[in-house]
Amino acid sequence: MSDIKSSHTTQPRKSVSAKQVFKLFMVPVLMFGFGFALVPLYDVFCEITGLNGKTGRVEASVVNQKEVDSSRLVKVKFLANSGNGLPWNFEPVIQEMEVHPGQIYEAMYRVSSKSDKNTVGQAVPSVSPVQASVHFNKTECFCFSKQELAARETRDMPLRFVINHDLPKDIVELTLSYTFFNIEQTKS
Amino acid sequence: MSTATTHDEHHEHGPATGLMRWVTTTNHKDIGTLYLWLSFIMLLTGGAMAMVIRAELFQPGLQLVDPNFFNSMTTMHGLIMVFGAIMPAFVGLANWLIPMMIGAPDMALPRMNNWSFWILPFAFTMLASTLFMEGGAPAFGWTFYAPLSTTFAPDTTDFFIFAVHLMGISSVMGAINVIATILNMRAPGMTLMKMPLFVWTWLITAYLLIAVMPVLAGAVTMMLTDRHFGTSFFDAAGGGDPVMFQHIFWFFGHPEVYIMILPAFGIISAIIPTFARKPLFGYSSMVYASASIAILSFMVWAHHMFTTGMPVAGELYFMYATIMIAVPTGVKIFNWVATMWRGSMTFETPMLWALGFVVMFTIGGFSGLMLGVAPVDTQYHDTYFVVAHFHYVLVTGALYSIIAAFYYWVPKWTGNMYDEKLGKIHFWWSTISVNVLFFPQHFIGLAGMPRRIPDYALQFAEFNMISSIGGFAFGLAQVFFLYIVVKTIKGGEKATDKVWEGATGLEFEELPSPAPYHSFDEAPAVK
Repeated sequence: MSDIKSSHTTQPRKSVSAKQVFKLFMVPVLMFGFGFALVPLYDVFCEITGLNGKTGRVEASVVNQKEVDSSRLVKVKFLANSGNGLPWNFEPVIQEMEVHPGQIYEAMYRVSSKSDKNTVGQAVPSVSPVQASVHFNKTECFCFSKQELAARETRDMPLRFVINHDLPKDIVELTLSYTFFNIEQTKS
Repeated sequence: MSTATTHDEHHEHGPATGLMRWVTTTNHKDIGTLYLWLSFIMLLTGGAMAMVIRAELFQPGLQLVDPNFFNSMTTMHGLIMVFGAIMPAFVGLANWLIPMMIGAPDMALPRMNNWSFWILPFAFTMLASTLFMEGGAPAFGWTFYAPLSTTFAPDTTDFFIFAVHLMGISSVMGAINVIATILNMRAPGMTLMKMPLFVWTWLITAYLLIAVMPVLAGAVTMMLTDRHFGTSFFDAAGGGDPVMFQHIFWFFGHPEVYIMILPAFGIISAIIPTFARKPLFGYSSMVYASASIAILSFMVWAHHMFTTGMPVAGELYFMYATIMIAVPTGVKIFNWVATMWRGSMTFETPMLWALGFVVMFTIGGFSGLMLGVAPVDTQYHDTYFVVAHFHYVLVTGALYSIIAAFYYWVPKWTGNMYDEKLGKIHFWWSTISVNVLFFPQHFIGLAGMPRRIPDYALQFAEFNMISSIGGFAFGLAQVFFLYIVVKTIKGGEKATDKVWEGATGLEFEELPSPAPYHSFDEAPAVK
């Protein structure tokens, strides 16, 4: 059979260079990497533009240097959920408050575990409308780190936030939503 | 044996015989045939699934299949038609035609060519086998949005993921082969701007393929690691984001829709001049229009995501960019019409399919424009209007061009003319039924019927019944097509070398019909 193979091989008139084919193969390899690079790229993009409802974070000292804009009031509503099978009751102590941009406020959330074991959760914040999210800054938040609750434990969790002066004037109301996710389960 | 082979050494020889011919072949014509048959089998398989969908939707209420199986049917129908029917058909046509059109003896990388085909039957066997597994086939839609395809998906999703990987590898290898062939193997004198448009559009398509198929592979790999290896690309609990899945998917998905239509533009640009007996109007503008469509296709992906909560600025950008694609596409439609203007037209079967393409693809293009308008897309999103839109561009667009290509080139491939009368019956049967099938879906979509749901409100009953009747008729027409294909291969009136009075191009002017197993061992002279 080997004779047949040698009896007629197609002869390309211009030989195809291995270098060119190698280069062509590098394109899909690079694009495969680019697909993964899209993940951090989108994150950076969302952080800059505040799309996705991801909130800002500032130091309290920076905020204090600015004046309070007492000319307008913005209504902030608080929502709380616990996701993917986390046996927690999670709710805001105060449902909503009216705030001045530039002033630091404190809100309180209450979380209680219904489990007989230690459980660990991490809260992920989201602000709606998305245009408001970059202007909503937290100086202190239970969402910065993961929270561990002992069996049947109830805990109050504080949140300190400030709304920027440059919040668009047409936004008079915004909603802050937290979802606690079960970290243990995700890891398994 | 040794004497026989030595005797053969300096002669043309035909293909090997038996089954191994097809397994071991590196001949571009054999591999083209394999691709075309695979895509036909996939067309009938995916079509059978569409029949299940239309049978369930024949009447309101649940009667034939359970909802999860219905969702599996829509998912598998979409995947099989996109990756199994349309894409391999174009690769098959590329294999058959590109070497003959540019005067090359074969594809540049013939052994890789064999491999890129033979991966596919395994990929589709793996995908289809999920239908018989516990938990059922993937049922999250062909766009497999997370978290439906990660957290809430059946275990069979892993088979789907590896099947997509294999299809991607096959497409990328096929595309690299096409690029290497076109860039290196053209006959002397065949400059880039003398190449037939089918070759041009395939060159552009091949670049799109190597750029975006790996991104799809990345997306399914992320799904796989999210499902089994503790990553959280698309899971908010671990800091990921399900909307990001849609961004990555559509970064692949939008160029993908042009991958499925650009070669069609090349086919239509070959057929219309032949039967109008005039050279193609605006050749270079066709080339530039194809290239601009390809470039624009990378910048419009989020128009599939207008309802995910984008800011107004994003919606405006993606809306304008999307609608801008209508300009190069309009150039093409204009050029085809201008080619026919004052031509001596005849209406043989390939021309009928090509004209059907021009008219009905344009309808699909216009409904695409409507969908591209962000404020109204909020209402159209995920309704049957979208279903009607993409079936007009993919069935009466891509599929019509493939069938047109079959009728146009099959006399060159087999040496036999197809039965003209049967071809015309096939065209009118398909064209009437496909419009009965998809046109009413515009109306039920505008009235608010959501896609991918096995049941619907009573007011949609009449239109759905009409649509189903059209669907059954259209499905049957393609079984009839199978008969025509077999009949043509088995025999028929002998075709002349030129086949068509107005045909141009190396494959018609320089080669006999049927084209010999090895063509253009000597480079043809290109004027």
